[in-house]
Amino acid sequence: MTTQLPIALLGGIGEFLTSAGHNQPVLNALLLMLAIVVPLVVALALAISGALSERAVKVCGAIGFLVPGLISLWLAAVYISAFPFGGYAFEMSADLGLLERFGIQLHLGLNGLALPFYVMAGLVGMAAGLYAIQSGVERLRLYLILLLVMQGGLMGVFSSIDVLFFYFFHEFALIPTFIMIALWGRTGRKAVAIEVTIYLTFGAMITLAGLIALYLFSGAEQFNMIAMREAIVEAPYQGTIFGLLLIGFGVLVSLFPFHTWAPRAYATAPAPAAMLHAGVLKKFGLYGLIQLAYPLLPQGAADWAPLLLWLALGNLLIIGFVTMSQRDLKLMLGNASVMHMGYAFLGLYAYSTVGIGAAIMMLFAHGLSVALLFLLADVVEKRGGTADFKELGGMGLRAPVLMGLFTAAMLASIGLPGFANFWGELGIFVALFASDTPWVLYLALIGIVISAVYGLRAVASVFFGEAKGEFKGGDITPAEKAPALLLLISLFVIGLWPKVVSDPVNESVNRSFKDAVPTVTASTDEPTLSE
Amino acid sequence: METESLQLIAASNRWSALLPEIILGCFAVLILFVDLLLPRVRPHLSRLSIGVQVIAGILLVLGMQANGGREAAEALFGGLLAQSATGDWMRLFFLGSGIFVTHIGAVFLRKQSLAKVEFYHLVLIVTATFMVLVQSNHFLLLFVALEALTIGFYVLVAYKRDGRPSLEAGLKYLIMAAFSSGMLLFGIALLYGASSNPELPGVATSPLNFTELGSFIGTTSEYYNNSQNLLVLFGAALVLAGICFKIGVVPFQIWVPDVYQGAPTPVTAFLAVASKAAGFYLLYLLLTGPFAPLEHLTVPVLAVVAMATLLFGNLAALGQRNVKRVMGMSGVAHAGILLMGLLASLTVDWAIGAVLFYLVTYALASFGVFEVMAQVADQSDADQDLDHYDDLLKKQPYLGGVLLVSLGSLAGIPPLAGFVAKLLVFIAAFKAGLYWMVGIALIGVVISIYYYFGWMRAAVMRNPFIEKENAREIAAPALGARVAMGILVAATILLGFYQGLFVF
Repeated sequence: MTTQLPIALLGGIGEFLTSAGHNQPVLNALLLMLAIVVPLVVALALAISGALSERAVKVCGAIGFLVPGLISLWLAAVYISAFPFGGYAFEMSADLGLLERFGIQLHLGLNGLALPFYVMAGLVGMAAGLYAIQSGVERLRLYLILLLVMQGGLMGVFSSIDVLFFYFFHEFALIPTFIMIALWGRTGRKAVAIEVTIYLTFGAMITLAGLIALYLFSGAEQFNMIAMREAIVEAPYQGTIFGLLLIGFGVLVSLFPFHTWAPRAYATAPAPAAMLHAGVLKKFGLYGLIQLAYPLLPQGAADWAPLLLWLALGNLLIIGFVTMSQRDLKLMLGNASVMHMGYAFLGLYAYSTVGIGAAIMMLFAHGLSVALLFLLADVVEKRGGTADFKELGGMGLRAPVLMGLFTAAMLASIGLPGFANFWGELGIFVALFASDTPWVLYLALIGIVISAVYGLRAVASVFFGEAKGEFKGGDITPAEKAPALLLLISLFVIGLWPKVVSDPVNESVNRSFKDAVPTVTASTDEPTLSE
Repeated sequence: METESLQLIAASNRWSALLPEIILGCFAVLILFVDLLLPRVRPHLSRLSIGVQVIAGILLVLGMQANGGREAAEALFGGLLAQSATGDWMRLFFLGSGIFVTHIGAVFLRKQSLAKVEFYHLVLIVTATFMVLVQSNHFLLLFVALEALTIGFYVLVAYKRDGRPSLEAGLKYLIMAAFSSGMLLFGIALLYGASSNPELPGVATSPLNFTELGSFIGTTSEYYNNSQNLLVLFGAALVLAGICFKIGVVPFQIWVPDVYQGAPTPVTAFLAVASKAAGFYLLYLLLTGPFAPLEHLTVPVLAVVAMATLLFGNLAALGQRNVKRVMGMSGVAHAGILLMGLLASLTVDWAIGAVLFYLVTYALASFGVFEVMAQVADQSDADQDLDHYDDLLKKQPYLGGVLLVSLGSLAGIPPLAGFVAKLLVFIAAFKAGLYWMVGIALIGVVISIYYYFGWMRAAVMRNPFIEKENAREIAAPALGARVAMGILVAATILLGFYQGLFVF
């Protein structure tokens, strides 16, 4: 009797969500739109309203971040319960005049590949927003406006079916990052801001060229992901277009030789901007590769695979060693986030259902964990007055809860079983082992050792040893703890119950990569992620 | 000539078709008398002039409505003029430019002790001439209109008589423009000579008419291929060079920075927007009209010119500290993108729509920047340093906001109109197979981020190296200026989201 009740309750919720998915298509599509519009409208309202009390500004900001976050969770629940057969859900489109001629219209929707990214954007957005609201920076209103614009853009990036708007929302989210680095960054912010701006614009331009080329050579009627999936690109162009996309997206994701902007940018940016950029926005590049480049250009992918392997290993090993030698907590995290992209690229390199699915899982987990780490590192910097390892130490006694959270986050990022990251890395290793080049697995495993070394050393030098330097303020405050716990608990839940993420991903990966894939190595007998 | 043919020509003189230009011309004369005879109206001359231009614009729009069913270009005045739907769009574009130049001029003149009415007079005349120019279908009219407006510009560029830079710019513009007019005229003469040579096949009766010249150049016989005739090729090259001078593309860009810096701000805006647009439209008319059979010459030459322009404009703008020079060199870079779109329009038929859309967004954003420049500048108009914009967003949030949006649109940042315009031109060029050019244009965009963002950064942040007492006081803009800037910014943002108005 007592065990029956929760199961019945769960069943009831499931049924409710299923019916909500099937009976309310308009409502859900509207929610998708609202998740983009609400942050932007709140930002606009904050920009044009006159004098407001600080409290009112904070409340407005909180609304702007909570609404998209909650919508993303709701839509994820509905998607999982109501759309077991995948495809795009919650579609909506709007006509925008001239662009219609070129097959461009505002077209939103989610599929299994987009869903994890979308939820990640919502969750990290909530955490970054809540953290920003209590951070007490100067010009808080402008700070929140920029973050809200970023959040609106992020919700748009991962829910756009139209390729132009996918790019457009990315730029939308990118611009505030530059301004936030320039205005609230740490030392050297002017130089870093202009460097990041130019480097990322460079990447975005190559991406744009690749996307236009893809559109024109595919001969698709419409510039969106559904129409282009039907189209086929002729063989000689596949390599060139894939190269453009790989380098363009690669710059944005900090693929090995194009990564130099990333560590300093993340170390310099204010914490919420770093959380949103490193956690979510950067994933735009890999999302684009998974959603567009790989399914549409299998031959191009195969041509570039050998080079990609070395670049990904460069990310993993070279940047791994660079990370180990960092002396600044935030710079170390910036480098670590570049390094972890190597795993995701290796997952793509393996080019199997498992590999690509695991790469998505890994990106999802990495988004949450790196955001969490940047948040906690900012708290550490505020308490200790510096992020330099040499001047920090013994913080564990004075801030035990902070230490606990930081250690858990670091372990999650290393890939400890029980957290979501573990499933991502495991899947990638399985896929590598099953690929034509199983020896890569052994090199990739070195990455785990490297992350363990720098992660544990960071924990040790910040929280253990003799107490050094000043220490302002007490342990982590409840206002700082709330966003951190939100992220940590999400990581933990997915770690225990990965099916939630892996099922829709699996389904969509199988569907997207069903046709025109020359080199798939995994078959249905392979262990899938949910096992 | 027989009376019958004269009557035939007279019958095609539909003066009503030129009503907006006639209104502008008559009012330009009238405004001089108004200034003399009605001293009370003097403070309102700019508003009066804007009002008349708006009326002319309404008439033009009504005329466009009435001619909505027109399919091909309609020749008037014995083939001197040809009116088409895109030509009418360009006329409207020049009227709009005239209105904003008049407004910026009013802001500029308020800070100067210069004669006022002559400025409005000249702007009206030049605007009307621009409108006639884009309808030309005959080299005679083309040259006369081009000269008329160039003479107007000689005076306008040197308008600030009490400042050395303006006089210097006036002299430079005079020499350069005269030189380019000479080339143009020489080219026309060569074309005339070639096409009225009875030895050649398809000799034209009215050799300067675009249609007849085009059919002459396109004619081939057993022995002669007119499109390979050296005289024709040389003449066409000289004509194109003369027009490229007006646009300021490499290698004819040398006059741009000095003249842009020295000319009064409203005149710089006029040169940057209207003069460039006119040049491009003429280029389009010529390339698709009489010079269409010369594609083997024009396309490769202009392709090289476009690529050089893209690179040179962006690189040269990098080191500038004077904002008028920045606008000048970045204008050269925009000319490169426009030229790329123009080349694409020779093979992709919708590309001219993209070029015109690009022109409109460029005009909106440029006028936004120039409006702000006129507000920020003090009495010495030529000296406008980046440092004057220090912390503008905090000092005058409205001006700062307008500047950021306009610069963002010029740089091509989504969601502003400039981004969509660039995208459309790139798609067009891609479709036309101009891959190398697109590549260079993309590199150019990346370079342009540096100087546009440098300017934006100056406006957003405070430079600690500028001492407090040296910091410039900037007055709040008047209500009229706020409205004008508001319209520009709203249009820039709106066109980024909705381009339905621009279905050509």
